[in-house]
Amino acid sequence: MKKVEAVIRHFKLDDVKNALSEQGVFGMTVIEVSGYGRQKGHTETYRGTEYAVDFVPKKKIEIVCSDGNLQKVIDTILRTAQTGQIGDGKIFVTNLEDSIRIRTGETGEDAI
Amino acid sequence: MRTYFLRGRLACALIATLVGLLLCQPLAAQLIPEADDEPVAAERNVPVEAGNAGEVEIPEEEAPGLDSGDNAWMLTSSALVLFMTAPGLAMFYSGLVRKKNVLGVMMQCLFLMGLMTIVWSLWGYTLCFGGSNPYVGDLEFLFMNNVQPAWDAELGEPVTPMHGTIPEYTFMIFQGMFFIITPALICGAFAERMKFSAMAVFSVLWGTLVYCPLCHWVWDGGILAYGEADALAGGALDFAGGTVVHISSGISALVCAIFVGKRLGFGHDDMRPHSLTYTTLGAAMLWVGWFGFNAGSAGAANGLASNAFAVTHFSAAAGAVAWAMMEWILRGKPSVLGCASGAVAGLVCITPAAGFVLPMPALVMGASAGIVCYYACAVMKQSMGYDDSLDAFGVHGVGGTLGAVLTGVFASRHVCGDLTGGEPIGLYEGGGVSLVIGQIVAVLVTIAFSVVATVILLKLIDVVIGLRVTQESEIRGLDISEHGEEGYIFS
Repeated sequence: MKKVEAVIRHFKLDDVKNALSEQGVFGMTVIEVSGYGRQKGHTETYRGTEYAVDFVPKKKIEIVCSDGNLQKVIDTILRTAQTGQIGDGKIFVTNLEDSIRIRTGETGEDAI
Repeated sequence: MRTYFLRGRLACALIATLVGLLLCQPLAAQLIPEADDEPVAAERNVPVEAGNAGEVEIPEEEAPGLDSGDNAWMLTSSALVLFMTAPGLAMFYSGLVRKKNVLGVMMQCLFLMGLMTIVWSLWGYTLCFGGSNPYVGDLEFLFMNNVQPAWDAELGEPVTPMHGTIPEYTFMIFQGMFFIITPALICGAFAERMKFSAMAVFSVLWGTLVYCPLCHWVWDGGILAYGEADALAGGALDFAGGTVVHISSGISALVCAIFVGKRLGFGHDDMRPHSLTYTTLGAAMLWVGWFGFNAGSAGAANGLASNAFAVTHFSAAAGAVAWAMMEWILRGKPSVLGCASGAVAGLVCITPAAGFVLPMPALVMGASAGIVCYYACAVMKQSMGYDDSLDAFGVHGVGGTLGAVLTGVFASRHVCGDLTGGEPIGLYEGGGVSLVIGQIVAVLVTIAFSVVATVILLKLIDVVIGLRVTQESEIRGLDISEHGEEGYIFS
């Protein structure tokens, strides 16, 4: 099992979600986050005074999938969240030891 | 403990003074000659159509009596001007500070509505509009004598004193709204760091010792009033307060900003406005309220009021567009704060000219204000390094000065023909430079007087009670340290 965490642009969330659903991948956690990468924040100007704002607001989605579905999930996110402009975000993949469905007590891939 | 004891004593002394003043009222009335004996209705039959109230007096043969249309408009205007202080200015300013100071700024506006009104009712109005001495007002209206109704033994009924076609009450309350908002404007310069107590004491003293004389000089036939015998350089035109309100408060604001010092962390900490939503709404409220401010200064519901209304709107519109365009061209994006600031700058600039200029010059004046005030706030402030927190000087001082000078340029006999008997008056229509010189002299006198008086007051208050909050209080924010409250609790 893998956990895929992807930091994406706000307006790409619906596209990513719909595309993943079409691929048969269900279940997603969405979090409001802020941070910076190569984009390095932005500046705001108030009556001529400039302020550097380091952290850019983004959406982070977390998806747990089977090892077999991993590439499909990554490809889908890459395809739908990409604009080609700086600030498109990143995808992180980690190994997941276990998952448990609280309602039934199922574990492992059955609980995804 | 000692502080609370002193505060208690101070509060008792204040209440005792107020009660004493009220008890003294009949005595004061007796001291003022002819205060109660004459039917006062006929005493001040001065139409105010020909310029701002009290500025140009044309004697009438018959008492015109109350005009309900004029009175209705002036009462409406008074309410509109009050609306400018709170919520207008309160929201405009409070959105521009950090969220830990939002209540502090709102409180200053709200509290001054109360405090300055009391000062106005006791001695402010009479110092502004009492008597005919060109330098200082007398005690004619002390404690609202000769404003409030008096019993007329001959008629066997109470008589309400009149001011032209409106009751003296209406004129008094309209002018009182100006007295409230002027010190509130200064609060923008020392926002986020001044003691509330120091602000209150400063406002009372500044209103009494700076606003009242200036108001008397400009609007009650004093040394800056256009066409008066004692006027310096022929006097100046100031329809609704370019000199009295905006230059005086703007210049004093700059002095305050320099004297009180920069905010902790100025130049490197994040001091972004916490809610430009408030600021935008506040600016829009100021725009609406300004119709009362300027069109009400006609003193009647007449053609002059319509001219003032139209040019006020035009100037604000041009100011909003000009400032936003400057940012669009120079920085790539027109900001909301720039648009709001430009509208206020346009309103400030047209204020002295509203009853003297035509609509097309008003567009020019508004656009000039948008550009010049943009430079004052975005370039001059940065290069000179003072911390005028909310740009009270950059908008009101600079915009007011520009407006006063441009009034001399664009004043037209088409609007104020009866001032000159139909002769050209402004530089633009061939009236020569005399009016421009009069305007500049009035500006210089106002600046010099405001600077000297404000420095003395600030020094005095600094020695006695201190001007600035402690560093710890400033870091925590004035909402908690000065008022014990928080603006936002989302739980």
